[in-house]
Amino acid sequence: MDFNLTETQQMLRDTADRLIRERYGFEQRAKILKSPDGFSRGMWATFAELGLLAIEVPEEFGGIGGTFQDVAIVLEAFGRGMVVEPFIPTAVLGAGLINAAGTQEQKAELLPRIAEGGLFVAFGHGEPKSRYALAYIATRAVAEGDGFTLTGEKAVVLGGDCADLFIVSARTAGAAGERDGLSLFLVPREADGLSVRGYPTVDGTRAAEVSLQGVKVSRSALLGAEGGALPLIEQAVDRGIAALCAEAVGAMEALNEQTLDYLKTRTQFGVPIGSFQVLQHHMVDMYIAHEQARSMAILAADRADSPDALARAKAISAAKVQIGKSARHIGQQAVQMHGGIGITMEYSAGHLFKRLTTIDRTFGDADFHLARYAELSAAA
Amino acid sequence: MDLNYTADELAFAEEVRQWVRANLPPETRHRVLHHIRLEKQDFVNWQAKLAERGWGAPAWPEQYGGTRWTSVQKHLFEEILAEEGAPPAIPFGLGMIGPVLIAFGSEAQKQRYLPRILTMEDWWCQGFSEPGSGSDLASLRTRAVLDGDEWVITGQKTWTTMAQHANMIFVLARTDPAAKPQKGISMFLMDMATPGVTVRPIITIDGEHEVNEVFFDDVRIPKDAIVGEPGKGWTYAKFLLSHERTGIARIGRSKAELKRLKHIASEETVEGVPLIRTPGFAAKIAALEIELTALELTNLRMIAAEKAGQAPGVEANMLKIKGSEIQQTLTELMMEAVGPYALPFNPEAREPGWNGEPIGPDYAAPLAPDYFNYRKVTIYGGSNEIQRNILAKAKLGL
Repeated sequence: MDFNLTETQQMLRDTADRLIRERYGFEQRAKILKSPDGFSRGMWATFAELGLLAIEVPEEFGGIGGTFQDVAIVLEAFGRGMVVEPFIPTAVLGAGLINAAGTQEQKAELLPRIAEGGLFVAFGHGEPKSRYALAYIATRAVAEGDGFTLTGEKAVVLGGDCADLFIVSARTAGAAGERDGLSLFLVPREADGLSVRGYPTVDGTRAAEVSLQGVKVSRSALLGAEGGALPLIEQAVDRGIAALCAEAVGAMEALNEQTLDYLKTRTQFGVPIGSFQVLQHHMVDMYIAHEQARSMAILAADRADSPDALARAKAISAAKVQIGKSARHIGQQAVQMHGGIGITMEYSAGHLFKRLTTIDRTFGDADFHLARYAELSAAA
Repeated sequence: MDLNYTADELAFAEEVRQWVRANLPPETRHRVLHHIRLEKQDFVNWQAKLAERGWGAPAWPEQYGGTRWTSVQKHLFEEILAEEGAPPAIPFGLGMIGPVLIAFGSEAQKQRYLPRILTMEDWWCQGFSEPGSGSDLASLRTRAVLDGDEWVITGQKTWTTMAQHANMIFVLARTDPAAKPQKGISMFLMDMATPGVTVRPIITIDGEHEVNEVFFDDVRIPKDAIVGEPGKGWTYAKFLLSHERTGIARIGRSKAELKRLKHIASEETVEGVPLIRTPGFAAKIAALEIELTALELTNLRMIAAEKAGQAPGVEANMLKIKGSEIQQTLTELMMEAVGPYALPFNPEAREPGWNGEPIGPDYAAPLAPDYFNYRKVTIYGGSNEIQRNILAKAKLGL
């Protein structure tokens, strides 16, 4: 057993940490959030230069062909800095799905562009009525001529605001809730019948409602086998969750550091508030919550690409439950201990709290994953 | 022992309810129940209407426009107003400075301000907290120096709720720097339009403007703008903070919110099944409802004791602790209930009169912002940690 990073991983960590420390301070982030895109294309170019967008891309397509642990290392740093660029939608979900399901042609066309930072991808899967259930999809793809016609609504598509390319799930057979009959399609933003309503989310990142009204795509837009996409979707979302877990650990670490610093410097009744025992106990519980979360995030990253789908799913759901609990606890307690300053826009603690809250609500909350874990355990 | 309200009390409750239903403007009610931002006029018009009916200040002595209601009636009144979607009472005039003036103010101050508080012709805000003070109010640093016929006030206040609407502020300032922290403080009444007063908004993480910083830059106010005696400000402040005990648990509001939570959880579905029918969420709602019932009865026990002539003690701190925790759980469950649609940030949807197309269900927009905003309720008014300290010391003798 070895929890240490390899030498290359340590280098990756140093790179990511330095980037966040030097270029992604709270003020810089605030400036980025105010820009029209809500993120920085210049920063995205820097990610590309540093190879961060190429980790998921195999070497034969101009990438690095790294492991999921490498992705997790980057995301932990991004979590500390509350990076708002659509890294998970494009570099994890997008590159991951294309890599897992694409034809040689599709990979050759798309993956290098992702690695170079020239293509934003969003995974349009969830729907207004699907909540977190991955098979509860109603969008239809009807075979017509040599292609398909897509009709349906996609909800809260992460990174959808700026995406050049959508990976959209739709039913070529079956009804909402059935495991069979789901297919994935590559749909360019400019496709006729596709409309995108972009908006900011509560944590300052961007998402979109995506409507498909008779969108025509050719057969070559099919990503993976027709009708059998659910396992791919489950795998993609599980990897997305593992990425979020790593990011959350970084955000928790930053929030705990700030809170601890506040306890040592803020005085009330003539003494630092950290001298009050009740606050010491709160802080210790937050420290424990962070360590527990880190352990599960490590497990999630380790199992994200496991060939054993059941083992993967169980580990991911278990991690999401723990991350959700820790995020809620640390977020709420950090604000409480900061007092009013913790809920103001001009101070970073509240923003970390918002990011952690958002992570808990993304790809299934703690309740959902507790139920999924129990179900998977019963099945095993 | 009889846990039921008397027939008279029930008749009173019914009278209040019918009157509220007949007089509360429907758009105000809609805004309150759907968490759409209220405008100043929503508050002011409603308070004027209550005053006209003779219900403007139930807790005040009759001679100043109050009622002779029992503590149970006052409780029922507050509950019903909250349940029916009336705008929450702004406490700074009615519940805070009003009672202080009645107890300690000069005759001229009573004559001038009390009628204007009753009808909300004046909107008061509270100048207590300072950037360094927090729950340690006695550490405040704003100074007031007598210069001829005027007090000159210099300093800064923070977390001043709705100062952007206020034309009056009551201020704690240090008049004797040599005295012990609590002894050298005095209380002043100040017109916000006085030269040297500046209000700066603080935007909270829900994107709303509710609190402010207020700066006093050599603000000159008349000598008679002081409340009571110099150096007694701490005593008045303690009186003020402990005066408004009923309503601190905000049970009426939480009941209305619980109803809303159940509505949302019935609309939201999990693979076609209403969320409220799923075991996990149903159990969470049930647990919350039980907790709220327990708090309601605890509150009623205290109100009954008060009606029987026992002065309320530090037990009321328990109402603040549990009441605020329940309010937070409610906002959290509502945010959870809408699943992924908690994420879009759409502040326009909270503007009065907005008729754009909502993102997701029409009730979703305020839910996550409310969750973020409601973190304040365990912080303000003496944090819950401080409340527990007080209980530990005063009730348990620790």
